[in-house]
Amino acid sequence: MDKIRYERPIIQKMNTGLMNKFGTRTEYEPVTHIEGVTVKSLINDYGSPLFVISEKQLRRNFQNAARIFKTRYPKVQFAWSYKTNYMNAVCQVFHQEGSWAEVVSGFEYEKALNNGVPGHKIIFNGPDKSDQHLISAARNNSLIHIDHYDELYTLIKLSEEHHLKPRVAIRVNMDTGIYPKWDRFGFNFENGQAWNAITRIINSVNLDLVGLHCHIGTFMLSPSAYATAATKLCELTWGIREKFNKTLQYLDLGGGFPSTNTLKGAYLPGSDTVPSIDQFADAITDVILGYGFKQEDLPLLILESGRALIDDAGYLLGTVLATKRLSDGRRATILDFGVNSLFTSFWYEHKISPAQVFGQHTEEMVLFGPLCMNIDVIRESITMPLLEKGNHLVVHKVGAYNMTQWMQFITLRPNIVLIDMENNTHVIRKAETLEYLEQNEQIPDHLKYNTLK
Amino acid sequence: MKLKKNIATSGEGFIFNPGNGDSFSTNEIGTEIIGMLKDETPPQTIIETICAKYDVDQNQFERDLDDYLSQLKDYTILE
Amino acid sequence: MVKQSKNGGKQDRKTIVIAVTALNAIDSPGPGVAVIRAIRECSDFEVRIIGLSYETLEPGLYMHDLVDKTYQIPYPSAGTDTLLGRLMHIHEKEHLDLIIPNFDAELFNFIKLRERLLESGIHTFMPEMEQFEARDKIKLYEFGKKHELIMPKDRLVYQDRDLAEAAEKIGYPMVIKGKFYDAIIANSFEQAQKAFYKIQAKWGLPIIVQEFIKGTEINIAALGDGKGNTISVIPMRKLYITDKGKAWAGITIDDTTFIELAIKFIKVTKWRGGCELEVMQSPDGKPYIMEVNPRFPAWIYLTAAAGQNQPAMLVKMAMGHKVAPIRDYEVGKIFIRYAWDLITDIGEFHRISGTGELEGKKSNNDGQND
Repeated sequence: MDKIRYERPIIQKMNTGLMNKFGTRTEYEPVTHIEGVTVKSLINDYGSPLFVISEKQLRRNFQNAARIFKTRYPKVQFAWSYKTNYMNAVCQVFHQEGSWAEVVSGFEYEKALNNGVPGHKIIFNGPDKSDQHLISAARNNSLIHIDHYDELYTLIKLSEEHHLKPRVAIRVNMDTGIYPKWDRFGFNFENGQAWNAITRIINSVNLDLVGLHCHIGTFMLSPSAYATAATKLCELTWGIREKFNKTLQYLDLGGGFPSTNTLKGAYLPGSDTVPSIDQFADAITDVILGYGFKQEDLPLLILESGRALIDDAGYLLGTVLATKRLSDGRRATILDFGVNSLFTSFWYEHKISPAQVFGQHTEEMVLFGPLCMNIDVIRESITMPLLEKGNHLVVHKVGAYNMTQWMQFITLRPNIVLIDMENNTHVIRKAETLEYLEQNEQIPDHLKYNTLK
Repeated sequence: MKLKKNIATSGEGFIFNPGNGDSFSTNEIGTEIIGMLKDETPPQTIIETICAKYDVDQNQFERDLDDYLSQLKDYTILE
Repeated sequence: MVKQSKNGGKQDRKTIVIAVTALNAIDSPGPGVAVIRAIRECSDFEVRIIGLSYETLEPGLYMHDLVDKTYQIPYPSAGTDTLLGRLMHIHEKEHLDLIIPNFDAELFNFIKLRERLLESGIHTFMPEMEQFEARDKIKLYEFGKKHELIMPKDRLVYQDRDLAEAAEKIGYPMVIKGKFYDAIIANSFEQAQKAFYKIQAKWGLPIIVQEFIKGTEINIAALGDGKGNTISVIPMRKLYITDKGKAWAGITIDDTTFIELAIKFIKVTKWRGGCELEVMQSPDGKPYIMEVNPRFPAWIYLTAAAGQNQPAMLVKMAMGHKVAPIRDYEVGKIFIRYAWDLITDIGEFHRISGTGELEGKKSNNDGQND
């Protein structure tokens, strides 16, 4: 006779006033497959932990966002935010879909060029652009978004010295009624700084002002803030035409649309409270369309959305290393990935599912990573089935920022696998090795040996 | 290692400690173990019984039983 | 879904199955038990009452004369998918006709689910999301300005260094409020600062700095039909309050100012369902709206006692019947809240804790065998 499936004995005090478990099943419904591929086979084939990206979901997200904007506004262009996830395979999915590249550093700029993005379809943002990269961006006809006066004057000087005609925009910061105000980037709208910078550019010989840029914040939950931002950019655009008889080619509203992750401290889950892309699109396009531009003068609307297009296409698979009981009686589960791999666990309550079927019993636990660091906590408190060593877990919505902000600390970075449109799997970044880690190290001769025996 | 005399248990996995008013719930395997403790079954017999019936290796179950019994002690269900 | 009553004596009647939340009739009570009491008193329909509870010790669970069966539901923080899953499970067994949610914190989820519940035949009678969000504490002043309702002036403060400026604009004394709960009166900048940090630690930012209005506190229970018509209004003056500021006793009063205020509020918002306006009448007679609660208040039974049974009228409207507005009510009806120790046994507590369900009728087997 077959033996009965085992589940470890548990006892729980019936506390009143604590989270009840009734109806919370969906929270720990097992996730055994990703796009038709079993979690088990993914881990068997590519190891644990493992990042997985669904190409289908990337394209679905992009096509959905593009449809939402294009059905509301005639001229829309997306630019893939490289810093959100700059795996080349990921970037190429977006470029194939028609996205330009939006980069914020020299190496990202080179990455975009190497990915075959034409120079004039690269937007160069950020406060840190070297002279060499400014020159190269100007020569490539890229869109240089100026962040501060020092950069503006540097660019004027370089364009004179090197006979360049850079196409530029300024980044504008403004009060959109939200907190915190991102006034550290760009030129301020309210105090007239932005207008001064615009005047300076138009009066320069070489710089060609082609657009305006703003990026009002990150994980924005208020569509109305985008309406305010769009209004202020339109006001500047209108003023430039009135005063200088110059029509701008585009308005870049930046990114900042949230994913449906749940921020720490939020009472309700993100999947219920986060506004839809439709609401942001309505807020932005209603303003621009209603501002009074002639149809042929309507500026191109550029969007640099990152997180909202990729977060839910990314998964992190992992394995339980051990379970233990803490001195205060709480259950603790130690996983093979920590905050070094899952950087976003610092600000999200990530949804985590077991990857195999369990009985009906659950317990509250803390999820720790494998690092020898007290801060290595993935979830302070989560209700999960009775996990055992060797069980697999799936962390959801990890596509944005983790594969760029991850740290090479104590453990090496794992494989990243892409599941393509036909559900085939491809490694798009190999797991790091000791050799990789040490390849840039150089040891002085006198430190090449020791006398330990 | 003995269950406190007046501990009330139900087949549905509820445990009531009349001594201090605490209530607990346990799972099927826990109910079975408590049933055996009530009959003063020695630990070795508990281990043999459970391992014969459930798909678990002895080392694993010994660890889980230790943890379970230490919780029963914490909750003053065991004497 | 409306079914024939199983009650032999009244076979011509339909039994409406109504689920009600907020059964925590404790010292700061939820309105659920009062809502059920009012509904049960209406002789126009037969009802089966399903309690929906978050905690295992909500007294309403154990009031078997009022509640036929109770089910635990997940906390609002678990989200709408989880809630819907649980409600559908309950619906399968109970064939719910109507849900009346009564907690502020759960309304967001229920409003989000309204369409999906209706698809399954479950009615509700709640405000639209837009109405619900507009009366949110942190948007109240804007809301008042838009509709020419009198509200105390306020400023939102997101960082401590902005407190001084807000204080200057509002003036002393002022009320420092948390975005969800808590309010402290401050008479000086030092007091305001102290209150700011205290409330920030508990409820986070922003902090609301609000004009202090001195006067008489009046609460108004009102019911709107969702088209701008006010079906019922009952104003109540608190006679005595608990140390938590909750009404201990209150009396229905006769003052057209408050009736007109509620009618205007419901007209401009097209409010659907019950609501409570917390009003401060200043010495010169101006009614300041201090807060709008998007559901019935805990003292709602007083409306039934005074002749306008708001919960029963809500049930009728929710089930698609037309209800004519009533304006007459008995002035001078008093409610006095009292505590009563309900007795049950461990078996009932185990059943609700262990299975998430509690049948109203006491069964002989309490699940214990020793």
